[in-house]
Amino acid sequence: MEIEKALIALSTECPDLGLKRADRHGMPEITVSLESFPQVMKTLRALGFDMLSDVVGIDRMPRPVRFDVIYLLMAMEDFSRLAVKVEVAQDREVPSVSGIWNSANWGEREVFDLLGIGFSGHPDLRRILMWENFEGHPLRKDFPLEGKDFDKPFDTETIKDYF
Amino acid sequence: MGLENQLVGDNVLVTSLNKLVNWGRSNSVWPCTFGLACCALEMIASTLADFDISRFGSEVFRPSPRQSDLIIIAGTLTKKMSVMVKRIYDQMADPKWVIAMGACASCGGVFKSYAVVQGADQIIPVDVYIPGCPPRPEAVLAGLMKIQEKIRTERLDQRRDFKPGMLEIPTGN
Repeated sequence: MEIEKALIALSTECPDLGLKRADRHGMPEITVSLESFPQVMKTLRALGFDMLSDVVGIDRMPRPVRFDVIYLLMAMEDFSRLAVKVEVAQDREVPSVSGIWNSANWGEREVFDLLGIGFSGHPDLRRILMWENFEGHPLRKDFPLEGKDFDKPFDTETIKDYF
Repeated sequence: MGLENQLVGDNVLVTSLNKLVNWGRSNSVWPCTFGLACCALEMIASTLADFDISRFGSEVFRPSPRQSDLIIIAGTLTKKMSVMVKRIYDQMADPKWVIAMGACASCGGVFKSYAVVQGADQIIPVDVYIPGCPPRPEAVLAGLMKIQEKIRTERLDQRRDFKPGMLEIPTGN
């Protein structure tokens, strides 16, 4: 699939996108608004992007709209790739796409765990890397590197996990 | 082993039996098949022909903690993993020994962070610390020889399973 054709098809399918286009390191990237995001993802899946290879979150802390969430899509037909970026404020949630690509389930859980971004409609939104009763989201820029109680003796009893 | 507990009435016999038992134990320290990070590869390398840990009687890496005498904490011990490490250590039968291998297992290493335990001795008692990042297999063997030295010089009343009064001669015979 040619990306240009796909993007033209996308803008005819979803007219009011507010679509911004940028190519970074040879990989096309589009920025969409939070409102049009579910419709865009559904359309891209129908256009042939049948694999979601990763979900990435970035904390851009001084920026008013604090987070970026980037979905890396791939079409298995000809291995063309596309990055879809959506900007999320701290009090907003991203509509989950785990109903469209199953791999979004764990990817969105990871972004939720490390950055604390909510995903509405996710079937099983809980921590995946940190343990169950961990406090805070460690990849946020305002998280202290050493965490809580670093200077106190460590006790395994304080760790509760989904065993 | 239990045998020495039956024979504590005779001091001369206990002394030499102690030596025999310690000699046997020190030359059959079976480690647990357990690695956490890159240090595990050096631990594996120490079992291969170039370094040959079987010269010291420790080639039998047991897949079950219940059959092993030694656990080598080989790598970065994260807080999430520490629960499992503690459980494995608790499952090992006495007598048991612990080697903290490398900088991470000894003190947290470069990972002064929220996710890493700052030294395996925060959760289990450690007998020997091996410095290095990662230590070479020679250092692993040196650490093992330190454990052997410790076992050979151990007295009955220094054992972890020793209870006060165990070595007293029964009166009234």
